[in-house]
Amino acid sequence: MKSTREKVPVIDTDIHNTLASPESLHPYLSERWRKHQTMIGGRGHAGSNYPRGMPHAARHDAWPPSGLSPGADLAFMQEQLLDAWDFEYGVLNPLMGGSGLNLEYVAAIARAINDWQVEEWTTPEPRLKASIVVPYEDGELAAEEIHRRGEDPNFVQVLLIARTDEPLGRRKYWKIYEAATQYDLPIGIHFGGTGAGPITGAGAPSYYIEDHGGMPQAFQTQVISLVCEGVFERFPTLKFVLIEGGFAWFPPLMWRLDQSWKKLKEEVPDLKKLPSEYMKEHFWLSSQPVEEPPKREYFDLLLEQLNARERLMFATDYPHWDFDAPDRAFPTSLAPDVKRRIMSDNARELYKL
Amino acid sequence: MDTWDTKPSFVRSDLPLIDCDIHNRVPSLGTLYPYLPDFWVEYCSTSGFGGPEMGDYPGGAPTSALPDTKPEDGPPGSDLELLREQTLDFWEADYGILNCAYWVQTVHNEYLAAALATAANDWQVEHWLDQEPRLRASLVVSSQNPLTAAQEIERMGDHPGFVQVLLPVRSLMPYGKRHYDPIFEAAARHNLVVGIHYGGAAGIPPSPSGWFSTYLEEYAGAGQIFQAQVISLVTEGTFDRFPDLRVALIEGGFTWLASVMWRIDKEWRGLRHITPWIKRLPSDYMRDHLRFTLQPMDAPPDPKQFLRMIGQLDSDDMLMFSTDYPHWQFDSPEEALPMGLPESLMKKILAENAREFYQL
Amino acid sequence: MRKKRGNFADLEPLIPPTTLHTIQLNLMAKHVVATVDEIPPGERKIVELEGRSLGVFNIDGEFYAVRNICPHQGAPLCEGRLTGLLESDVPGEYRYTRKGEILRCVWHGWEFDIKTGQSWWNPAQKRVRKYPVEVEDGATVASGLQKGPYTAETYSVSVDQQYVVIDMPE
Repeated sequence: MKSTREKVPVIDTDIHNTLASPESLHPYLSERWRKHQTMIGGRGHAGSNYPRGMPHAARHDAWPPSGLSPGADLAFMQEQLLDAWDFEYGVLNPLMGGSGLNLEYVAAIARAINDWQVEEWTTPEPRLKASIVVPYEDGELAAEEIHRRGEDPNFVQVLLIARTDEPLGRRKYWKIYEAATQYDLPIGIHFGGTGAGPITGAGAPSYYIEDHGGMPQAFQTQVISLVCEGVFERFPTLKFVLIEGGFAWFPPLMWRLDQSWKKLKEEVPDLKKLPSEYMKEHFWLSSQPVEEPPKREYFDLLLEQLNARERLMFATDYPHWDFDAPDRAFPTSLAPDVKRRIMSDNARELYKL
Repeated sequence: MDTWDTKPSFVRSDLPLIDCDIHNRVPSLGTLYPYLPDFWVEYCSTSGFGGPEMGDYPGGAPTSALPDTKPEDGPPGSDLELLREQTLDFWEADYGILNCAYWVQTVHNEYLAAALATAANDWQVEHWLDQEPRLRASLVVSSQNPLTAAQEIERMGDHPGFVQVLLPVRSLMPYGKRHYDPIFEAAARHNLVVGIHYGGAAGIPPSPSGWFSTYLEEYAGAGQIFQAQVISLVTEGTFDRFPDLRVALIEGGFTWLASVMWRIDKEWRGLRHITPWIKRLPSDYMRDHLRFTLQPMDAPPDPKQFLRMIGQLDSDDMLMFSTDYPHWQFDSPEEALPMGLPESLMKKILAENAREFYQL
Repeated sequence: MRKKRGNFADLEPLIPPTTLHTIQLNLMAKHVVATVDEIPPGERKIVELEGRSLGVFNIDGEFYAVRNICPHQGAPLCEGRLTGLLESDVPGEYRYTRKGEILRCVWHGWEFDIKTGQSWWNPAQKRVRKYPVEVEDGATVASGLQKGPYTAETYSVSVDQQYVVIDMPE
């Protein structure tokens, strides 16, 4: 038994805060959009609803005594997460407001959510940093919001989602990258979303396990698109964080892209180097949900292939059911320096905390 | 094909070899006219219909054809003599499995699609199987309507030349849906493998996030659609309903498989109650029922690491040698197989796994 | 010493020093943890015993105790939702039995059989520690069992009640 143990600082790169009720945004919305919210509300690409394994996809013990929804009660989040594990920082990724069909409304909601985050989360709790919610299906409106919040120290990244209408490398999204580059903000692509089509390239599956477990398909799509469209030649300082996508698929994708690129590179003359080199240079990955291979040597090899020491960042995904606990997330023992980097150093450097 | 003058070290008289992915190509719609009923011939010639959509291999793309594989008349893969010389003879193969990627699934008129499938299969028998005993073939089926597809499997399933039913990886619905059961039922009953192959044009985007701009993205990105199909087949209980079913994943890569095994195993532990018919770890179903062709190899640059990746599948039985002829996947024949394979594993990949799976 | 459990035997907790545990001593000590009335059928009580957190469950009048730590990532397992055993041979056909006898972990939803401590999906490897539970009458309790969370005073005032008693390896 080890009696003394060095305490490793922890930064959680994926925490979900949510509204106490839709009315929580009223103070931050104009009369027009308050009315719209009450009368119509958000409308999206309907038809991709996969009921979760549990209400709000939440940990069963994450329901606050106050009766609010999981992630809606700051005091309870402080007690159950930030204090319990003694986090140095946590990055908030509110999973709402960025998507919808009425883009003007989405922009108003995104703006309101960002104001609400400052007022009700990052100001009362300085250990929390927020992500800028943007109406990502419209590059210009999204860029406007980034300009509004780009220099605000409450925010550490721009938040996009894995399932978008089009692959994120396409031109319609470039204004987002231009603005993020201006403030040197990383762009987080988070699990979820509803694109313009079915949730897989083979049509609509049946079950939540296919929705939730199949999410790496959307992440692979976005990495492929961002790399092959030459986004990183146009925005050489741009950094992406792949949040809650898992990471064991990442090395095989590097190899496959390289293999096909060697034969097809004339189609994408903007690319100056191997696709894998862009992937190694421009992408960070959050750890949760950690893949759990049956043998620890598989996991060790994966960490090596990922350059996890530099690119993997710990995340809990609190308050969601697939939460990873800081002390038990990894199915292997990490070398002390690797552990420090994954648990906090990588995030501290990337997010300039 | 200068480097193709030298045979690779693994082509040896004591090493059987089976090539599990050779593409024979229908040269043109007119080729099938002799095998189509008169009214369909008239329909085709008066409607401007040119045949199924064939965007999976752009004509000028290097990946679409190895140099020197184009016969004098017709596209690469359309001439038996040349194909025989460049595949079976060159690799000294015991067998070659033809995958005729004639995607009748893209034809919205399901009856025309079914007629084209029937014609393509009759053409395969006459021009390929009857001519070359080392060849085996895959049935073209109108899988967008599983009933007509099952009828075609019924019609041809006992022909000894057919060892597989071929489905495009892109479908309107994932293949685990019970909608497709008639295909799997018929395939299992006739002891045929179901092959899921790169390509198809189902009319929906090839990703969860829309359409890709470039062919490179679509081709290299197909792995994620294979993943959706694998997850669907396991979680829908297809292998519980058809315990003898064997499914080959062709031209979709395979190093991603371990990541899917780990992820879905983990998910299932927490979400078992949603699909309680799954009795074992999802990865167990994958190891028992799935096989993968080797090309294109999504291999890490370090051969030693590649061997470790293969080891992560926890099975020596899952990989089957393929050249993907006439598509251009490797620059010298030696590269067709991972370097440094132990002899026993090399034997399995070169022939034994396929021999057992396809029962050759 | 930590004992091997499943595949992740050598997990090394980063922050609190230990959550995985094994107890390999043979001696048993009896602890009173509740009155029978306190845990009606279908209910549970989380108790602390010798520094360990346990969940005591009443399933149709029978009492069971399991360690309140999930063998996966150390979650407070016993705060999870109670469910039944859902089985199926064919998609779309469901067989739902043993309602209230299966515990789903509070985080990841792993299912454990309260009566045996076994996980549904890998009973050979993943199981949660289970402790013998008995019901004793007040007179026996008063005659010298080890004290659990219940104080001596409580015994004396409720000596005519029935008590839930856990056999705890020392």
